[in-house]
Amino acid sequence: MSAGAAASLRRIGAMIERYFYLLKGSWPRVIELAYWPTMQIVLWGFLSEYLVHHSSYLAQASGVLLAAALLWDVMFRGQLGVSVVFFEELYSRNLGHLFASPLRAYELAGALFTISLLRTLVGSGMAALCAYWFYHFPIWEMGVMLAALFMNLIVMGWSIGLVVAGLVLRYGLGAENLAWAAIFAIAPLSGIYYPISILPPALQVVAHALPAAYVFTAMRALMFHHVILYQSLWKAAAINLAYLGLGLLVFLRTFRDARVHGRLLNLGE
Amino acid sequence: MTEPAAIAVTDLGKRYGTVTAVASLSFELASGRVLGLLGGNGAGKTTTLAMLMGLLLPTTGSIRVLGEDLLRHRYRVLPRINFSSPYVDLPHRLTVYQNLRVYAGLYGVRDARARIAELAHDLDLAGLLDRPYGRLSAGQKTRASLAKALINRPQLLLLDEPTASLDPDTADRLRTYLRDYQKASGAGVVLASHNMLEVERLCHEVIMLRHGRIFDRGAPADLVDKYGRETLEEVFLDMARGRSQL
Repeated sequence: MSAGAAASLRRIGAMIERYFYLLKGSWPRVIELAYWPTMQIVLWGFLSEYLVHHSSYLAQASGVLLAAALLWDVMFRGQLGVSVVFFEELYSRNLGHLFASPLRAYELAGALFTISLLRTLVGSGMAALCAYWFYHFPIWEMGVMLAALFMNLIVMGWSIGLVVAGLVLRYGLGAENLAWAAIFAIAPLSGIYYPISILPPALQVVAHALPAAYVFTAMRALMFHHVILYQSLWKAAAINLAYLGLGLLVFLRTFRDARVHGRLLNLGE
Repeated sequence: MTEPAAIAVTDLGKRYGTVTAVASLSFELASGRVLGLLGGNGAGKTTTLAMLMGLLLPTTGSIRVLGEDLLRHRYRVLPRINFSSPYVDLPHRLTVYQNLRVYAGLYGVRDARARIAELAHDLDLAGLLDRPYGRLSAGQKTRASLAKALINRPQLLLLDEPTASLDPDTADRLRTYLRDYQKASGAGVVLASHNMLEVERLCHEVIMLRHGRIFDRGAPADLVDKYGRETLEEVFLDMARGRSQL
């Protein structure tokens, strides 16, 4: 490994260490990691239990609602893991120190991805265990497919998280509600709990531009028909790659704009 | 071979739309020297410091720091410089030690534990290392921020009001420490301050800014003589209130 790459990894490591210190000193943040995913699974679990006896559709695959809820949460947590962790630097008015150090903007993005991955593994992992304990639904039986679905969804979450972080860098913390609003705006089009074929034709076109729509289609095909839709997964991965590049571009561009307009020193609560 | 200047700034300017924050700023700071930036609120001191760190992109001009073109090779320069400002915080929930540890990682400091212990001793922070930064008094925060600014033994140190919020005794000890550090390390220092005694004591040269432009410059004693005043503070007040004859 070159000295430059090693130094880059060291700086990313320092930012991850910074986040662990934050968690260590704040038990509400630790609880929050698993609280919402778990509550969501408890709710969807009861609904599934009820519907499975009243719906021929769900009776074919009793865990489909739980799997959808768990995987949707991966994307949501993945996005929050990027945008909300970035907000922590704004809350503490620390951006000036960070970017006067040798930390590159893309290294910060790398640290945010890693933290987001770890947060999501903890939160969704806990929710998956609850789904197993309470409703006897072992999502890990999807095997390698689960990893493919998980990675596609978390990467989509990262792309949205980067754009939200960029917008907050541009418009200040007044735009922070976008962190919660952005992902719910695309939820109806992602076909989480229903096939996208029920959407109006115009919205189906939009849905086909969302990796999540392919992921949830693949999930249902696996659970209902035990078929792996490789093509859907590859399409999702390809679109994700493009969106991640776009997300990075937006983040780096707004970072440069922040340097032009002097926002790195002024942004904060 | 001669050592490159710590800073060489040519025709530096920053405009926000129609507002000119800094204009036509040119100066040089040799390594091992201390430069004071003086001026009232809005004179352009913080804008200038931000441009010297690359946090703010200038509209015009060039900046060379430690022999490197800052605008082209910012990341060659940043590991060798550092800054402290009461207007930029460290994460409040992290302890002083954790904050210093993180910044030691970002700057690639070898043996971070030893360096933190050394700074804690020098800046009287030993008893505060395990305390969250957010629970420190204003003066303690200033010292912790200074420890962060010194963590990488910078060759160029940019200080924005380094003794703000400190009691006179602590401020005096800190000035002594900064002077000793600067002499021992040969670092260049830029100091933006409203404390004229501090500037007179620490700075080899002073640039007086007014409305973003250089109003005058020189050694503190020379400026006092030039304006026929007793102290630098009187010179500053003349400049700020537009009473200067020059």
